[in-house]
Amino acid sequence: MVSRVMVGVMVAAVVVAVLPLILILGSLIVRGASALTLDFFTKLPAPVGQPGGGVRHAIVGTLMIVGTAALAGVPFGIAAGVYCSEFKGSRLATITRFVADVLNGTPSIVVGVFAWTSIVATQKHFSALAGSAALAILMLPMVMRTTEELLNLVPISLREAALALGYSRWRTTLTIVLRTALPGIVTGSLLAVARISGETAPLLFTALGSQYLSYNIDQPMAALPLVVFTYATGPFEEWHQLAWTAALVLIIVVLVLSIIARIVTRQRFGRNV
Amino acid sequence: MSDAPIRLRTEKLSAMYGKFSAINAVSLEFPANRVHALIGPSGCGKSTFLRTLNRLHEMTPHAWITGKVLLDGHDIYQRDVSPIQLRRRVGMVFQKPTPFPTMSIFDNVASGLRIGRRVGKQEVAEIVERSLQRASLWDEVKDRLSTSATGLSGGQQQRLCLARTIAPEPEVILLDEPTASLDPQGTQRIEELMFELKEEFTIVIVTHNMQQAARVSDTTSFFYLGNMVEHGPTPAMFTRPQDPQTEAYITGRFG
Repeated sequence: MVSRVMVGVMVAAVVVAVLPLILILGSLIVRGASALTLDFFTKLPAPVGQPGGGVRHAIVGTLMIVGTAALAGVPFGIAAGVYCSEFKGSRLATITRFVADVLNGTPSIVVGVFAWTSIVATQKHFSALAGSAALAILMLPMVMRTTEELLNLVPISLREAALALGYSRWRTTLTIVLRTALPGIVTGSLLAVARISGETAPLLFTALGSQYLSYNIDQPMAALPLVVFTYATGPFEEWHQLAWTAALVLIIVVLVLSIIARIVTRQRFGRNV
Repeated sequence: MSDAPIRLRTEKLSAMYGKFSAINAVSLEFPANRVHALIGPSGCGKSTFLRTLNRLHEMTPHAWITGKVLLDGHDIYQRDVSPIQLRRRVGMVFQKPTPFPTMSIFDNVASGLRIGRRVGKQEVAEIVERSLQRASLWDEVKDRLSTSATGLSGGQQQRLCLARTIAPEPEVILLDEPTASLDPQGTQRIEELMFELKEEFTIVIVTHNMQQAARVSDTTSFFYLGNMVEHGPTPAMFTRPQDPQTEAYITGRFG
């Protein structure tokens, strides 16, 4: 009897946890899917008052901004994680770990303001690069901590086996320890990319947004979260429609990244079994 | 028995972790092409002693040694000796099988060959086959050399580790309780291998299993509380131990 009540409570908790996700996805699909045409991906926004148009500029912008951020954030994050795992007890590792945890808990808007003062204000113009820098800063602690934790999961016996074979320390770390943890690190990095691709606040002061298609990383650039923000808060009904669909596309991008992350993980277990 | 040249010798070797001394002033001689067993209760320092012989001990934080370890008469703790070069001459197999999970069976055996001197592809393939044969694993894996090493059974994995260790042709093989995680059949195969391998290598084995020490070794050293209590030919150690502590241990009264 008690057991049944407990199961009931837990099922209710699961429903409460999953319900918001289902509601969000549901309303996005209901309101956004109707405009999800090929045009939406390939066209630029239509002038105000005209129907149709797409967000090609924002899709390109998000890919460029997030891609640049990952290019900087992932290698540095992995390298810092390797350092903290290899030199666990060192003072630098302890400080780095603490700073990373603080940075991980810092609101993204603070990082955006930092990027504004350090890059936008000194350059005297908004740029996608400043947005990438802000997103890279947000990624860095996530990638670093994931890398460190996954490296620590590699058994010491494996490291010792490599050393006992005459591997040097750096070679052991790179070819045995890092290689063993790599699928997990790739997964963690992809999840970090997925998380930052939805960030809006840091881009407001940096990439700013744009109505035009731009490939110049030193200039303001559109991004999907910015499109959602601008259009959803705008006065026109067509804009609201575009915002819904852009939000749906954003969710799809994040979902695809998460699925890729899952597949990478599954391959690891597939090989081990 | 003692006519073989001394391959490995320790002189007043002490090993420390910080201020704690795990072994105290142990002096031992290991003649070539023999199996030497190190026995003693848990925590007696026999594994630490083994790890000083390939300088793996010093990889533990705050670990250090005093005294000497002489391989072919040359002190391996001297400044001019690279621990990396040394470990290619003194191989080691651990308690738990440690195949590299990201490598195939072939690459596992070849992993020690690809570091150090350049070896041609053909030569690597020959050495891998010969090493697997010497570890009596070849027939079981020859059709699946490119598959993951983690798919093998525990006993097979341990023989794979043995093949990996002997592939670069070390002079000494250290075995740290190599059969502790294996079933009786796996244990038996490893023990049989030791008789063949000592033709070419000098073997030092740490074991908890006294029957195993009696079966496979030529000489035995009994360790207790970080001291080397007694050392001698295995048959004599097990039939007429000189020290009362040794006698108590091998008759099963403690440990």
